[in-house]
Amino acid sequence: MASVAQRRSPGLIFFSTAFIVFWLMIATGPFIWTVWGSFKVQGDFFSKTDWRYALYGVRTITETGDAFTGNGYFGAWIQQEFWRNAFNTVIVVTFTVIISLTMGTLGGYALARSGFRYAFWLLMAALVFRAMPHITLVSGYLLPFFEWNLWGHLPTTIIVLVAINQPFTLWMLHSFFLNIPKDMDESALVDGCTRLQAFRHVIIPVMWPGVITTGLFSFLLAYNDFAVTSVLLSQENQTMVPKIASFLGTVRQQGQVMFAVAAVVSAMVPLFFLVLFFQRQIVSGLTTGAVKG
Amino acid sequence: MNMMKTMAAGAAVTIGVATAAHADCGIASGNVSVLANDFPALHAVVSKAEECASSTVTFSKNHTTEHRDIQVAAMTANPSEYTTAIVANSSVVPLLNGGLIRPLDDLVAKHGQNLKKNQLITIDGKIMAIAFMANAQHLVVRKDILDEVGLDIPETYEDVLAAAEAIEAAGVMEHPFAMLTMADWNLGEEFVNMYLGHGGEFFKPGTAEPAVNNEKGVAALNMLKALVEFSNPDFLTYNTGVVAPIWESGNLAMAQMWGSSMGQLLDSEGSTEEVVSGTLPVGAMTVAGGTTPASSLWWDGFTIAANISDEDAEATFLAMLNGISNEMVMEGDNNDRAVWLMDAYKPGIAATGISATAAAGAEPYPMLPYMGLLHGAFFAELPDFLQGNESAEQTLADIEAAYITAAQEKGFLQ
Amino acid sequence: MKHKTFFWFILPSLAAMLLFIAMPLVSVTIQSLFVEHDQVLVEVENCTPFKCESSVAVDQEATAALREERPLGQFNGLGTYTNRSHLAFPEVREAWNASGSLHDFGARLMNLPFYKALAFTITYTAVVTPFVIVLGLAIALGVNALPQLVKGPTIFCSLLPMIVTPLIGSLILFWMVDADGILGAALQRIFDDDQLSLKASHSLTWIMLIVYGIWHSAPFSFIVFYAGLQTVPQETLEAAQIDGATRWQRVRYVVVPYMTPLVVFITLMQLMDNFRVFEPIVGFSASAKATSLSWIIFNDLRGGDIQLFGSAAATSLLTILGVVVLLMPVLIRTWQEFGRKVV
Repeated sequence: MASVAQRRSPGLIFFSTAFIVFWLMIATGPFIWTVWGSFKVQGDFFSKTDWRYALYGVRTITETGDAFTGNGYFGAWIQQEFWRNAFNTVIVVTFTVIISLTMGTLGGYALARSGFRYAFWLLMAALVFRAMPHITLVSGYLLPFFEWNLWGHLPTTIIVLVAINQPFTLWMLHSFFLNIPKDMDESALVDGCTRLQAFRHVIIPVMWPGVITTGLFSFLLAYNDFAVTSVLLSQENQTMVPKIASFLGTVRQQGQVMFAVAAVVSAMVPLFFLVLFFQRQIVSGLTTGAVKG
Repeated sequence: MNMMKTMAAGAAVTIGVATAAHADCGIASGNVSVLANDFPALHAVVSKAEECASSTVTFSKNHTTEHRDIQVAAMTANPSEYTTAIVANSSVVPLLNGGLIRPLDDLVAKHGQNLKKNQLITIDGKIMAIAFMANAQHLVVRKDILDEVGLDIPETYEDVLAAAEAIEAAGVMEHPFAMLTMADWNLGEEFVNMYLGHGGEFFKPGTAEPAVNNEKGVAALNMLKALVEFSNPDFLTYNTGVVAPIWESGNLAMAQMWGSSMGQLLDSEGSTEEVVSGTLPVGAMTVAGGTTPASSLWWDGFTIAANISDEDAEATFLAMLNGISNEMVMEGDNNDRAVWLMDAYKPGIAATGISATAAAGAEPYPMLPYMGLLHGAFFAELPDFLQGNESAEQTLADIEAAYITAAQEKGFLQ
Repeated sequence: MKHKTFFWFILPSLAAMLLFIAMPLVSVTIQSLFVEHDQVLVEVENCTPFKCESSVAVDQEATAALREERPLGQFNGLGTYTNRSHLAFPEVREAWNASGSLHDFGARLMNLPFYKALAFTITYTAVVTPFVIVLGLAIALGVNALPQLVKGPTIFCSLLPMIVTPLIGSLILFWMVDADGILGAALQRIFDDDQLSLKASHSLTWIMLIVYGIWHSAPFSFIVFYAGLQTVPQETLEAAQIDGATRWQRVRYVVVPYMTPLVVFITLMQLMDNFRVFEPIVGFSASAKATSLSWIIFNDLRGGDIQLFGSAAATSLLTILGVVVLLMPVLIRTWQEFGRKVV
């Protein structure tokens, strides 16, 4: 591609670069605004007087004596012990991703290699399952979970998130395995390997890029989930997103919105490193996996 | 609530727990497990109750904003996940409908000598909940602005309209009035209040049949519409979180808000000296020549689950009594966190609106089994009318139709 | 692959889906066919901190007996599906008979909650999906042409709209587009209209939600396309160039065909996700101007103090039905491809 790119006209390069710069402004603008605003007081960041207050920190200076304040961060992390929720999120997300991918790779591989009609119908069923609104599912879980004493625990939530994730994981990994040439594992079978051995020795070594890409999407779903975690976890097991929601207050009570803003900004930091770290794999993963409909 | 105060209170609570972890609540043994909403006043109550925990009394709590969504399932399980749920007039209804909470008469007779008569929520002669705090929507005004245009503090919504018009005409403010008209539960509450102010009945007596499609309903709708004319055109997105900052920025002269928000409006955080000193909570307005204020009264209280052992029920009751004791009110700045119903409570200026509204004889929000369904129908259908797409009669007919559909599904109507 | 091997490979995944999705799906289907048994009401005396009054309550014993008898409630067939909150057959018929013109009929239809929601849901899906695909492809082409050094950070920044928790993302945008917010004020400047408010106008609210939807989903299609671009064979592109194809022609006749499988995948996922649009409506407090099917479900379950499980169940199944209808063309395509792959 590089050779082609070099031969483009200056006008096109200018246009294309300008477009990307414009897109980056749109994509990152609100986030930069949020990072900046998280060091102000609520009266500035959510100002009804003048939006420029958020730039100059007029109220922040009046209330804290400085144009920047760490009160939001202090309140969220120290007073409200947000680190507990962060810790819970780490547990939930890690296990959800690992279990999702383990189940998904096995299932996706089987679906990609089976030519029987039922494999197709399973894929279709998975699509229908994915269409099910999460909130309806969660409401249905509540009573049995309370009856069987499963409610509130992290493992329950992890399993539910894994199950809800499965349709997408299966589809994505299925498409990915379709692009790994069938000859590879079939020649292993001819050599006398069992399916599982063929999978272990031939498929696993080449599947990582696709798995990591799928993992990123599973990660995002578990990380950002509100519908499931807000209702299925007890207070001591609460993850970050429901905690952030509780900072926002309820109908008859005010919240502490700046805690929520600070919490969101700090929750983005690990994501930054994660995406930067896996960026190459995401791209190379989809390259080999070229997802098909 | 300013930052330093919150921190000091947080520290006080922590120290309190550490030093008085074995407060003598008179509990022999048992399990206490609390489900409650997530805001400071309830944290104060539950933390105080937690002091009853001991080697023989286990204590757990769950503060969550989603408490309404899990309470029915949690307490239907046998044994119940929670021994007590802290509820309000509306959220107690599903628990009553499902028979999930127990009568407290025996426990009150045995231990409740210090409870006041007005704390006992009685249904069909049986005490079902113990209330500990009150709330209501009422008007808050900018005295300085009213003085500027030479008007008295309004007493009726007709006065509010006149004042708003005068303020607009004088060019002081563009949109001088606001109420909590977000097109969700909030908007339904505004109609409930306005309809109560007109002296309306929601249902045909003794039945679940709706009875809002009448002149009073039309009048209530028209008054709401007249009021929102003086509100910002964004009014359908206005909840407390939006209106309070507008108030603090000095862009409102009159607003109908929750009494529990007054503390925020009256502290200096987020606001200027001019706005704070002019801010004055007054009672709820009356309307259309009526005498009942156009507002509804709310309480928060605790209930005890039905599906638990008597021992746990007694332990929970005692722990919660400790939670709502006078000592709790006097600790730290708990006094200002809510309008408490306990004796030790010293009402500050922030509480004046709620007290005035209650004293003027406002109706409690109805605890009817199917009120929630009608409330839902209100806010589903009202936006059409307030945006001028529909006649009042059509809207009221739509409300009744929507309610009837829901009530049929729940078995309240055939 | 043998049946038995297939079974063991798929078992964990299948078990999780059967247990946590298929079983609830069945129970939801059953639930949607029933309404609750009649509640036995009694008149009672209620006292609150404020006053005592006569009121109505549910007679626990009598109702418990009924519940014991028929735990599922009363069979209602498809009654819930056809009532006013859903497909509203009687109301639609009445509207048809009463309306003078098609326009009038449409207006009456929009007074029914389900059709109102469906109108926005379909508009949103129909507009957002193609825009996401086109915008995603354009960004991918642009990023691909960037120098290697800046590609990494650009990709991260481009992913931001997708990875910020929508709960907070929409809250912050909600304040930014406020008439007194940075974006709202900027728009007032641009259009020279100091009364302009995105939150007050019906059509502007729709546009705002749609723009948010495109902004939020574009990174998904961008990352998939960007990866796909790496697979376009260099030789083909160069051959096309030697043949005198302009850059535009190369994109149109070489790159785009290579992207077709990806377009199908993105379309599939986007149609499904957009049809279930929900978070922006709550985030932007837009329910007065725009509702969606998922919002109706949310409102039935979380909007008030009493939960309408049967109604939510019926809307959920109608949503799934809608998704299946939307995806039908894609599904047929997959079926044909599957037929070709048979071992």
